Amino acid sequence: MAGSNPNAKPMNLTLNVWRQPNRTTEGKIVEYKVKDISPEMSFLEMLDVLNEDLLHAGQDPVAFDHDCREGICGSCDLFINGRSHGPEKGTTTCQLHMRKFSDGDTITIEPWRANAFPVNKDLSVDRSAFDRIIQAGGYVSVNTGGVPDGNEIAIPKDIADRAFEAATCIACGACVAACKNASAMLFVSAKVSQLALLPQGKPERKTRVENMIAQMDKEGFGACSNIGSCAAECPVGISLENIAILNREYISAKATSNNLA
Amino acid sequence: MSWITKTLTSSIGRKIIMSVTGLFLCTFLVVHLVGNLQLFKHDGGAAFNAYSHFMGTNPIIRTIEWGLVLGFGFHIYEAFALTRRNKAARGHGYAQWKAEQNSEWTSRNMGILGTIILIFLIVHLYNFFWRARFAGDLPKMGGADLEMADYDNLYLAVVSSFQLWWYVLLYVAAQISLGYHLWHGFRSGFQTLGLNHRKYMPLIKYAGYVFAVVVSAGFASMPLYFFLFTNERGDVVSNVPAFIQSVASAF
Repeated sequence: MAGSNPNAKPMNLTLNVWRQPNRTTEGKIVEYKVKDISPEMSFLEMLDVLNEDLLHAGQDPVAFDHDCREGICGSCDLFINGRSHGPEKGTTTCQLHMRKFSDGDTITIEPWRANAFPVNKDLSVDRSAFDRIIQAGGYVSVNTGGVPDGNEIAIPKDIADRAFEAATCIACGACVAACKNASAMLFVSAKVSQLALLPQGKPERKTRVENMIAQMDKEGFGACSNIGSCAAECPVGISLENIAILNREYISAKATSNNLA
Repeated sequence: MSWITKTLTSSIGRKIIMSVTGLFLCTFLVVHLVGNLQLFKHDGGAAFNAYSHFMGTNPIIRTIEWGLVLGFGFHIYEAFALTRRNKAARGHGYAQWKAEQNSEWTSRNMGILGTIILIFLIVHLYNFFWRARFAGDLPKMGGADLEMADYDNLYLAVVSSFQLWWYVLLYVAAQISLGYHLWHGFRSGFQTLGLNHRKYMPLIKYAGYVFAVVVSAGFASMPLYFFLFTNERGDVVSNVPAFIQSVASAF
């Protein structure tokens, strides 16, 4: 590759990739060889090389989700060598680089596994369960009217920072994929605590947590066992403290809301 | 379903029952351990038998005992309900799964540890609780004190049971399991109730570790002590190290 590090030796790898033609057909692991992979490539670029090889050979390329390739969008949901987004801490798959692997390595690539995330094809899963949880209450209703003054609502800096930390969740689903129980609580807790911390979120505080948890359970995600795999695998570092906030919000909402249903 | 049953059968609701009953059972462990320390009093079981007579007959204790039954019952029931739900959430497993790289073994194996404790509990309740409360086949204390003479000699039943190697092995295995169960469970109980604060969580975490070690080591010390150092009546045998002799005689 032009302009690349001359000391970076190209690698040959064996890939065990989950191939599944559609939702209803059972898939299987298929072995592929890729050659001359630059250590400077991202993991997704390495998969691009594989797909080019497959296309040239007249075979069906491997389907996988990706979009921004900048670690922001949360699309690249791959379970690599038994870990969400691979072995590197605090990264999405697109930000995982091939220099983290060695020549001759065998890499196993699987889709997120959860009943709430059905496999569309190969490595691509349907994460619309997350959308439905957000639709159940993960928002702030905005009423029409005049534009409020920028500093009208005072928010202390440390509260704003904590809300922002929670807001960095990119909804990639790594938490669900890594959890023994396929629980979505870290994802739900990030949104609930973000909005519970801010004054704008207060009016809908109780209905939000009640409805989001009801939807989460309906989608078939598991319950939290406070194991911590989710937080350890989260590419943006959402902490377990958020799940405690979620539990608090849920307990107080259930105890004090007027919702009898 | 009413809002109450809906809340308590939701994923968080079940976890709340799990944590409330779990933390309640932790308080039971403290009472049970402190009471049982009387086994070490070298008085032929007088203190321990008076204590167990009180625990078996006092109406307040007998009422609280039902709370204990419910505590265990719900803790075990919710464990099964949650395990079923959590297993069902991932119908198709992974070919490769490296959970050991992102979490503690104890936290992922609470069910296995709990099952070992449950098996122990059944044997333990049958051998001591059932015999003392229902079977009535325990020997009496005897002796000069007329009131004490009629008490069950549970001390003798305990001490003689602890002469059986397989029984001691089961007890020690169960206490190791309990230790690991508490290692994760204590802190986890607080987290589930939302009691996670960056100021206090480190304290709760380390208090949980100390609690797990002290409680499990305390319980395990009883069968080990009587197996290694005493005869079937609880008398310290003559060939034990002088250090143990002097500690024992201090009580």
